Amino acid sequence: MTDGAATELRHTSLHDLHVELGARMVPFAGYAMPVQYRSIIDEHRTVRSAVGIFDLSHMGEIEVTGEEAVAFLRYALVSDPGALEIGQAQYSMICQEDGGIIDDLIVYRRDGGRFWVVCNASNRAAVVEQLTALLERGDFGASIEDRSDRTALIAPQGPNAAALLAALTDLDLDAIGNYRSAPGTVAGVDCLVARTGYTGEDGFELFCDARNAVLLWEAVVAAGEAHGARPCGLGARDTLRLEAGMPLYGNELSRETNPFEVNLGRVVKLDKGEFIGRAALQAVQQSGPTRKLIGLRMVENAIPRSGYAVQADGRPIGHVTSGTLSPTLGEKIAMALVPAELAGVGNTFEVVVRDRPYRAEQVKLPFYRRPRD
Amino acid sequence: MAYPDDLRYSKEHEWVRADGDAATIGITSFAADELGDIVFIELPEVGGQLSQFGAFGVVESVKAVSDLYAPVSGTVAEVNEALRDAPELLNSDPFGAGWIARVELGDTSELDALMDADAYAAETA
Repeated sequence: MTDGAATELRHTSLHDLHVELGARMVPFAGYAMPVQYRSIIDEHRTVRSAVGIFDLSHMGEIEVTGEEAVAFLRYALVSDPGALEIGQAQYSMICQEDGGIIDDLIVYRRDGGRFWVVCNASNRAAVVEQLTALLERGDFGASIEDRSDRTALIAPQGPNAAALLAALTDLDLDAIGNYRSAPGTVAGVDCLVARTGYTGEDGFELFCDARNAVLLWEAVVAAGEAHGARPCGLGARDTLRLEAGMPLYGNELSRETNPFEVNLGRVVKLDKGEFIGRAALQAVQQSGPTRKLIGLRMVENAIPRSGYAVQADGRPIGHVTSGTLSPTLGEKIAMALVPAELAGVGNTFEVVVRDRPYRAEQVKLPFYRRPRD
Repeated sequence: MAYPDDLRYSKEHEWVRADGDAATIGITSFAADELGDIVFIELPEVGGQLSQFGAFGVVESVKAVSDLYAPVSGTVAEVNEALRDAPELLNSDPFGAGWIARVELGDTSELDALMDADAYAAETA
């Protein structure tokens, strides 16, 4: 995948393993990453019915420490990390002054004054830049450290993920609830074991030193054999999160969208005190966003794709942010940004595919919710 | 990789099986493998005209949309309706049950512009 010295792609610690497994490697956020090993649909189904194993080592991990770590992160992010218990995590965003989203991310509280901010690979530099600028400007008693390059991230996701991990760790996984984490050893490797994910299934994200990534991956894969485990690539990661109604930065989220337009208003804690974007976001919340992210199900037979125009009664009014053939539902689904006043479950729209309009119906999000016992 | 030797092949990874003026066309296993899971095909209209190497339809995988290019000119006599509900046939049996259309050839000499199985194998090696 390299193209001479000018555009060398980076490798995660697991790159050679992926190639050996026959993965199709593609450029993603400057890394060579596996998009699929055998079949995106098979991998997708494996996560929904058994357990899929993902290499997410390209993602960013930024450690924030200090006496004023809470105050700093409260100021920099839209959520309130100060409300987190030790080990607890929250989904959040880092926004611009005008409320535009720089990145969506998950913050993990490691202890009283130590947090991990886990962000998209594609926005790691922007997040570090923003945090650094705010730290200096606000003169907070805190420091940040970009640990991404020495941190690997392996994610077993699916209903069998807990059973798989139980064989490799002494941690009481039942005590690690949704959006909780704990440090421990997995296959003898020191990890932060987090019950977080991007698939809509139960699952774990294992953060470890990059030097131990190969060992951990091989142990997880070996333990996975008893549970129908398969390695899964970014192709399946995308169809899984879309079915689960989860946004993708670059599709649903950008510096030109604010959290209220994309159903993430609940993440913004307007009453926590001053933070970057507060005034702009308060204004949006009060007046209501002008656009809304909706779910669409195709009624006529065409696949909606990111960027396709959306019409109402023949008039172009918005666009598809993400779309695909849903492997679980067998339906052609999409998320789209439309004017707020036109949104409503059951409303019909048209998606323009190769210059022809095809009817679609707005449906509730998420498209898929995992069965709860 | 050995491809069926009764077929002719285009650079765009389509195949033709010709029997006088009556031909069947499809995509090759190479194309299907490159695409990955095929989830949709936009079939040509019956009665429509194909022009050799012209775009005539679209095949979609999970992640991508690809144009189909006609390996021969002619009139579409029949399309494989099974592909509407089972586009995965293009992956599982691209030279057999995954055929795309039957075409009445306009000019059988166009087949000379296509590759035989050995040449296509060399092309895709």
